[in-house]
Amino acid sequence: METVLAPLVGILVAASVYLMLARNLIRFLFGLVLLSNAANLTIFIAGGLTPAMPPLVPEGLARPAEVVANALPQALVLTAIVIGFGLLAFALVLVYRGYRVLGTLDSDAMRFAEPDEIAPDTSRSEGRVP
Amino acid sequence: MNSLILNAATRLLVALMLLFSVYMLLRGHNEPGGGFIGGLIAAIGFALYAMAHGTAAARRALRFDPAAISVVGLGIALLAGLSAALAGDALFTGQWWFAGAIDGEKGLPISTVLLFDIGVYLVVVGAALTIALALEDET
Amino acid sequence: MSWLLSLPIVLPFAMAILAFLFRANGRSGRWLSIGGSVLLLAAAVGLMIAVLQRGVIAAQMGGWPAPFGITLVADLLSAVMVVITAIIGLAVAIYALADIDARREALGYHVLFQVLLAGVSGAFLTGDLFNLYVWFEVMLIASFGLLVLGGDKEQLDGGIKYVALNLVSTAMFLSGIGMLYGLTGTLNMADLHLAVRDVENTGLLTVIAVLFIVAFGVKAAVFPLFFWLPASYHTPPVAISAIFAGLLTKVGVYALIRMFTMVFTQDIGYTHGLLLAIAVLTMITGVLGAAAQNEFRKILSFHIVSQIGYMVLGLALYTPLALVGAVFYLVHHIIVKANLFLVSGIAKRLTGSFNLAAVGGLYKSSPLLAVLFLVPAFSLAGFPPLSGFWAKFLLVKASLDIGAYLVAGTALLVGILTVFSMTKIWAEVFWKPHPEDVAPALRLVERGNLTALLVPVTGLAVMTVMIGFFPEPFIGFAERAAAQLLDPTGYVTAVLGASP
Repeated sequence: METVLAPLVGILVAASVYLMLARNLIRFLFGLVLLSNAANLTIFIAGGLTPAMPPLVPEGLARPAEVVANALPQALVLTAIVIGFGLLAFALVLVYRGYRVLGTLDSDAMRFAEPDEIAPDTSRSEGRVP
Repeated sequence: MNSLILNAATRLLVALMLLFSVYMLLRGHNEPGGGFIGGLIAAIGFALYAMAHGTAAARRALRFDPAAISVVGLGIALLAGLSAALAGDALFTGQWWFAGAIDGEKGLPISTVLLFDIGVYLVVVGAALTIALALEDET
Repeated sequence: MSWLLSLPIVLPFAMAILAFLFRANGRSGRWLSIGGSVLLLAAAVGLMIAVLQRGVIAAQMGGWPAPFGITLVADLLSAVMVVITAIIGLAVAIYALADIDARREALGYHVLFQVLLAGVSGAFLTGDLFNLYVWFEVMLIASFGLLVLGGDKEQLDGGIKYVALNLVSTAMFLSGIGMLYGLTGTLNMADLHLAVRDVENTGLLTVIAVLFIVAFGVKAAVFPLFFWLPASYHTPPVAISAIFAGLLTKVGVYALIRMFTMVFTQDIGYTHGLLLAIAVLTMITGVLGAAAQNEFRKILSFHIVSQIGYMVLGLALYTPLALVGAVFYLVHHIIVKANLFLVSGIAKRLTGSFNLAAVGGLYKSSPLLAVLFLVPAFSLAGFPPLSGFWAKFLLVKASLDIGAYLVAGTALLVGILTVFSMTKIWAEVFWKPHPEDVAPALRLVERGNLTALLVPVTGLAVMTVMIGFFPEPFIGFAERAAAQLLDPTGYVTAVLGASP
């Protein structure tokens, strides 16, 4: 099973790199989604894939009755998915806000924080003076 | 979205989902389930309600600001973890009481683990709905 | 023990919850913020005393024994980082009284600030790699929020770049964790220290090590992964820039130091050689980037990059003296850099701009501010007898000791170029007359605000001078911390019980 999933991770990473090289931020976000999924899958594979029971101790016993799956990688993956979900939701909202305010999704056109000209920029000081 | 089918189905579905989310939360300790998954189900229920009746109606149905719900949940989870110190254990150690326990009968188990899970449930409901409703508002 | 280690994490979280619940209540958030920082400082000092007395201390969360549960550990490095986090947190919380407007307070500035402090302390105190990832994310999500809080154009622009690059680094970190777990079967750092000895496939271990260099390298802003930093750090309000500049990249450096003294020591020739090249290039590109800038905070941002190079250099040389230098540099840099950002905020407030061409005349109108700028600026450049001199001295001496003359020469050259940047700021902001011929004086700032602005700046400047004039106890402390890093037996014993 590992031999099937390991190339899958590779394909996911390759696809995500391709998407992330695009200037369009939405494509970049999709690439990020694929990359974080590839990372989660890596953890999952690294934990070893065994056909086994869920790691639950039946009532009345002190230890599981038969071979159980390693619960730790699954817990790690679950945590990583949750955190990744939160971060990506934030990134999506941020890019959307950025699109509304900056009027572009092209990362090359986003030069508001680092304008090309060095000329004195007086517009920035507005609104910051107490 | 103005769809009669969705509106009619939502009335039934939301109630079912909220009930199911609580069921998931409560069975979580010994079987698959728990606060996170329960919270997500509840959040989906409210998100569905927001889709059918609009975000304003969903916020009214929720009664509290979703961000406040998640912060309160965080507080509950934190308190549940810290309460272990009262028993002299390491922080975040689960504490158990068996309400009404008699010989041979375990009684009703109540634990800080459950309290922690309720906190997680609230955090997830609040956080997911904060984002979902904010996105829904924008469009 | 358990309390001592978790208080620096629990306190900011509790304060964040309180600040959220009282957010409607106008100004109560700011007092909660300051009170929380004071309590955090007290907790951190308590932790420091305990570590000084008892050596490395560890606690198992939930009572699960070490390699299985989440462990919190404090050795001297962790403890001093938590103390410095609390100090900078307090300084910025006071400064924020005058700097953060009511709109940002209502949007939840204080909540995010406390969550950030919790994340940073958590990252310093955890003894588990996956838990480190979680604290990184807590810290990141708070910093994302703080960075774009208010939603100005520049903030959103810088924020998108910051978020994008940090999320990529997060995915790398996660993949590295996964592979390391697959290879060793553990993620507890102390346990990893023992487990990597038995790994036969050391080549794969080195690959994982490089993955970690990239992941932490993005967070620490080393060459060539630093571009998010100068793109974003100058966009939010000064108080937020200052806490970012002081703490966030240093968490990345801390993680590098921790992992590359504790776990990845099997192929020092390759990994630490790579780090050495990165360190030298980081120093040079940072300082050259700064020389090309004409905006107060952008110059300082590029100098963060260049200074990160020095800290990584200390780790890369991997001699006892070099690690002493790295630890000393870490502490000195946090104080000085946060202070410089705070000074830049006052200068902006007096003259109306961060642009060097549009300001001037501050030396004449507010000499006190000029002195308060010179102390951290000269310390950053490494003038004796300020703290930066000792930090650079230790690192240069360490590289000369092992015959790395080129590295020592680069470190000195970058120091000189740092002086160039600092004198540029000095000449433009303080020395030359203001182009519009206004004489902005400190007394023009409203009284209450002035105190809030000057107290943290003065306090941090005094600390810089103190470390400079009385370096012995600090260097002695750094020596003990470095000794613990080089020989983690105490750490491993504290976490796992009796060593095998």
